[in-house]
Amino acid sequence: MARIELKNIRHSYPAAKGEDQVWALEEVNQVWEDGGAYALLGPSGCGKTTLLNIISGLLTPTEGSVLFDDKNMTQVATIDRHIAQVFQFPVVYDTMTVYQNLAFPLRNRGMNHSDIEPRVKEIAEMLDLTESLYNRAAGLTADGKQKISLGRGLVRPDVNVIMFDEPLTVIDPHLKWQLRSKLKQLHQQVGTTMIYVTHDQTEALTFAETVVVMYEGRVVQVGTPVELFEEPKHTFVGHFIGSPGMNLLPCENVDRKAHCLGSALGIAEKNETQSEQFQVGVRPEFVYFDEVGIPVNLNKVDDLGRYKVAEVETHGHVIKMIVDEGEDIPGENPRICFDLDHTRLYRDGWMVETEEVMP
Amino acid sequence: MNKISNQRAWWLVVPVVVLVAFNALIPLMTVVNYSVQETFGNNLFFWHGVGWFEQVLTSERFHASLFRQLAFTGMILIIEVPLGIAVALCMPRKGPWVSVCLVLMALPLLIPWNVVGAMWNIFALPDIGLLGRMINGLGIDYNFTQQPVAAWSTTVLMDVWHWTSLVVLLTYAGLCSIPDAYYQAARIDGASSWSVFRFIQLPKLKRVLTIAVLLRFMDSFMIYTEPFVLTGGGPGNTTTFLSIDLVKIALGQFDLGPAAAMSLIYFLVVLLVCWVFYTAMMRNEEQ
Amino acid sequence: MRFQKWLVTTLYILFLLLPIYWLVSMSFKTTNEILGVFSLWPIEFTLDNYRKIFTDPTWYNGYINSLIYVVINTVISVSVALPAAYAFSRYRFLGDKHLFFWLLTNRMAPPAVFALPFFQLYSATGLFDTHIAVALAHCLFNIPLAVWILEGFMSGVPKELDETAYLDGYSFWRFFIRIFIPTIAAGIGVAMFFCFMYSWVELLLAKTLTSVDAKPIAATMTRTASTSGYELGLLAAAGTLTIIPGAFVIYFVRNYIAKGFALGRV
Repeated sequence: MARIELKNIRHSYPAAKGEDQVWALEEVNQVWEDGGAYALLGPSGCGKTTLLNIISGLLTPTEGSVLFDDKNMTQVATIDRHIAQVFQFPVVYDTMTVYQNLAFPLRNRGMNHSDIEPRVKEIAEMLDLTESLYNRAAGLTADGKQKISLGRGLVRPDVNVIMFDEPLTVIDPHLKWQLRSKLKQLHQQVGTTMIYVTHDQTEALTFAETVVVMYEGRVVQVGTPVELFEEPKHTFVGHFIGSPGMNLLPCENVDRKAHCLGSALGIAEKNETQSEQFQVGVRPEFVYFDEVGIPVNLNKVDDLGRYKVAEVETHGHVIKMIVDEGEDIPGENPRICFDLDHTRLYRDGWMVETEEVMP
Repeated sequence: MNKISNQRAWWLVVPVVVLVAFNALIPLMTVVNYSVQETFGNNLFFWHGVGWFEQVLTSERFHASLFRQLAFTGMILIIEVPLGIAVALCMPRKGPWVSVCLVLMALPLLIPWNVVGAMWNIFALPDIGLLGRMINGLGIDYNFTQQPVAAWSTTVLMDVWHWTSLVVLLTYAGLCSIPDAYYQAARIDGASSWSVFRFIQLPKLKRVLTIAVLLRFMDSFMIYTEPFVLTGGGPGNTTTFLSIDLVKIALGQFDLGPAAAMSLIYFLVVLLVCWVFYTAMMRNEEQ
Repeated sequence: MRFQKWLVTTLYILFLLLPIYWLVSMSFKTTNEILGVFSLWPIEFTLDNYRKIFTDPTWYNGYINSLIYVVINTVISVSVALPAAYAFSRYRFLGDKHLFFWLLTNRMAPPAVFALPFFQLYSATGLFDTHIAVALAHCLFNIPLAVWILEGFMSGVPKELDETAYLDGYSFWRFFIRIFIPTIAAGIGVAMFFCFMYSWVELLLAKTLTSVDAKPIAATMTRTASTSGYELGLLAAAGTLTIIPGAFVIYFVRNYIAKGFALGRV
């Protein structure tokens, strides 16, 4: 058990001949509190797996340090970091039984036979593997194999953190949900820090207490699922999380007022700056039809059952909005308004603080 | 992959069947024909039944060469397979040296077999060969043209030189296809390098190793040219393996009947071993 | 650990290169030096042996003969194996499994068993001592091998490729030649490599089926060794030259060797 801290981590893979050095991780500072359930969310190629491998010691960062409880572990070998990892594709030792698989990490650490058995049985019970305990691991289905990979981490009493690298990739869709709730339940049971890497927002938001969003080699926001939804710190977060993602519209700063789509919005940047170019971000959930709003053209409406997604257009920009089941969509001359409490301003991609002003 | 049933696919196979059948069936028929007949020259043949088969199967000469053959094949398998695995494990996995290693290692495989024999002959001769000089220089009396033990070891060494690379290449290809995650998981589980070999690499190599053993068994069982050029089967009969003996009988003594019977028995032995091996492998794979 | 690995690989390669070095160095020595003094490298460096080979038609014709039948064999083997391998990888038909196993049994047939009947067969058909005879005879083991390798590669190509092409209105042969063959180009390369290799190194059948006109270089060598006594320098030079085509071929396919072994299930 340990608190893990990444300090000024930068990493680049050796560049091919004639290419410039590319940073897979730009600069990461991140603390993982002991016992937390974290999700590391981001699109493919954003540096998630690199970050994971740096924590586990499979990679040594080009710059920066990894601290476990304030102890510098940057140069410490994987085995001495006491971490566990579940990979994208199930890794089991084919020739061993499920029992032998689970006992393997303990045996490698020189634990007694008599101590191993109760431990393995306890974990097998937790993972619902008791029935197949003495079967060959190779014969199990993909989800069974992933459980074994996880089990090999759980059996070890000294594990600092269990990391999951997109563990549900090869699992059947109907089993994904089951395994995910199992993971959450296990986290509550054992209380080990877990870091769950994924590019799927549903997986991240349902599993984690804290979500770390990565984009192009840096951490853009750390927060609870609600914070990510309500206050995306970066346009990428707004766009990536939520379905459909946040509407982003160009916006001008006129007399300290944000002007968007030809009218003043009623919010402004709190700290005055010179810059005139902004983006306005508003989630489809916070756009509504209103008789005094901005006139738009209705493009189309998708009925998704519990709600409808309407697509409207004005000044050459498309805006998506979520309309509840019961609400009507005006047939003629629709006009829309933004919920100002949930409307954000972004400069160069990053959110700026706003205050309400008289339009 | 589930395949579609389509009888017209036969048309695609016809050219192969015709060519191989021309080369395999007609000669095989000829062999069968000879094996049951007796001739006194002048193209006069008489029915001889299974007489030749009985003669071959009971002849001490056949037993001796079959025994030599089995001993040889066993020996080279015991040396080449572990050595090949060891070298493959030591080869670099990436970088510019990979190509260099692969090209140099594949070199012996592409040398005509009699050149291999000739090369080893002049390499091992005690008077002019580098190897012969070196061994004699160490104070060991070595002359493979006269000493049975020396002849055997030289033949085995030559085969190891010639064919270990095949095992290396197959194993290397097998090793390269193991995903990195397995090695990473093993590091996290704290496995020793022996455990990595025993529980990850060896199980994943099972298939290529089966193929390697099968190929080495087949080819070493058919070996003719290299030992023939190196030792000519001698000294005496000490390195007369099945093929060499067969050619001696068929072309040297022109005993067509016994040679044909021996050919068939020989072929059947190879076929039987391969079939047993093949079915065992398939059953293993299904499990 | 890293050093040990490096050491094992280097020692093994040294072991492989030592006999080859001896052959090459001997090819530059005079007969007197070979028989008279023991020297690690040529003292009297001479190119006479090579000069002899390149000027004497019985020698250089041997090379040409070998190359001709090897190339013919490679072309025949791969071109008939392609459609057959496709049939085995895509369709189920009457007796397919037995046929496949039968083909493989021919890979297991010892050439010594077939030497005499081959001689009679090719004499009877009037093909004796022609390049085509050797090329056809080598089909016995090269076609099964090529089918085996190509089938492995083709099974790795998703069937959807075929289905899409047929839906797009391609006829079978047009699809096969325009789309499928380029897709498995690497596999064809590997198959050709192995056909070339086995045809190039085989001697027993090649020697049996030729006398003068199509005599392979390797057979010319054995004759020299036995009849003209100890012309070792010449023998070594001829041997050295037979290594060159192989070395060329390996160099060109070096990137496919490992892949081909893994995918082609050789």
